[in-house]
Amino acid sequence: MCLGIPMRVKKIKGEFAEVEIGTLIRTVNIQMLPQVKIGDYVIVHAGFAIQRVNPERAEETLRLIDEIHRRISE
Amino acid sequence: MKYIDEFRNKNLIQKIAQEIKAIMPDENINIMEVCGTHTQSFFRFGLDKLLPGNLRLIAGPGCPVCVSSSGYIDCAIQFAQDKDTIMVTFGDMLRIPGSTSSLEDARARSGNVRMVYSALDSLHIAKLHPDKKVIFLAVGFEATAPTVAASILTAKKENLKNLFFFSSLKLIPPAMDSLVKDKRLNIQGFLCPGHVSAIIGTRPYEFIPRKYRTGCCIAGFEPLDILEGLYILLKQIRNKKPQVENQYIRVVARNGNPKAKKINAQVFKVSPASWRGLGEIPRSGLKIRDEYSLFDAEKMFCIRHKAQGARHKVKCKCGDVLKGLISPIDCPLFSKVCRPDNPVGPCMVSNEGTCNAYYKYK
Repeated sequence: MCLGIPMRVKKIKGEFAEVEIGTLIRTVNIQMLPQVKIGDYVIVHAGFAIQRVNPERAEETLRLIDEIHRRISE
Repeated sequence: MKYIDEFRNKNLIQKIAQEIKAIMPDENINIMEVCGTHTQSFFRFGLDKLLPGNLRLIAGPGCPVCVSSSGYIDCAIQFAQDKDTIMVTFGDMLRIPGSTSSLEDARARSGNVRMVYSALDSLHIAKLHPDKKVIFLAVGFEATAPTVAASILTAKKENLKNLFFFSSLKLIPPAMDSLVKDKRLNIQGFLCPGHVSAIIGTRPYEFIPRKYRTGCCIAGFEPLDILEGLYILLKQIRNKKPQVENQYIRVVARNGNPKAKKINAQVFKVSPASWRGLGEIPRSGLKIRDEYSLFDAEKMFCIRHKAQGARHKVKCKCGDVLKGLISPIDCPLFSKVCRPDNPVGPCMVSNEGTCNAYYKYK
């Protein structure tokens, strides 16, 4: 149920959006994410977009992981 | 960035696994991964082989269909016997055993059990069949609850008279409260679920380090997420500084999703709930508020279901597996009688079930 794969917003029509990953396209409800825009990545749960993926925060996580390693190997 | 490959970087995975080994204390450490999808990812990516032998990961109760009580399933089966009813449910509920049969058996007999991907789909079914009672089996945790709440609100707006929701929705932090108190488990850290936390945020876990001095880390589902989550927890254990930390910052905000929390509170009220394996836990369930009782299957059809079904599957150890007391391989039925093609207990049925994960990957 908790498929954690982010999907990209392709089209928005009222309360619904078309989201895609690879060749898969689905229509999901976006009422819980009033600010969502085309091009955003969202986490989809049981037919609803429940959260937007924050690109800066994703970069930060990867940077932190890299830093942990560098700190220890120094 | 597509947020997948970057978090499956083999080089970084191996490096962080080394770092975990470097900071691992000498004694045995018990960490519970609360969410069933973490258990699946963990084995699917072979992370168990990368970790130190004295780091024991205990699979938690975060598989919604697994923790549905057999009494709830019995009740759903009873509904399905009425030819004027269409039962609507998520796919993995179908094969969950009640005390004598499953919804799949009921579907074979009556044909009126439908599988859907979202609670919203039940609205379409209700509109297509105005002469039938359509009952949606609402199982899930905090991440699924707002999807059900939104469907109830839409059903009210559209004035649907033949759609009902049978709630067995549950809350994760109260279950963690019950598990952390169990001395037999001796949980030293929780890897907290990603989607539930996307809705509720980080605050609802704060009582755990404060009250029990047990750390929590919210983690995503990719291999790097899980390993970094474990690294963060081990660091807390080593430094004796338990707190709530958030590894999944790209999705989980401190306050969660305010809109989702709002519709949850609008439609549901907190109630005691009965968990398979864990028993009754106070304030761990969601029931439909009186304002929406026209959509509440329990109220409309006066259901009184017992938590336990009449016949116990005595040899099935799902209860102990869900509590984390035993590993699936300690169950006498595991892989002999109980397999994904012939499941005896719910933990073997669902993709999120611990026994299912062990069977597939161990």
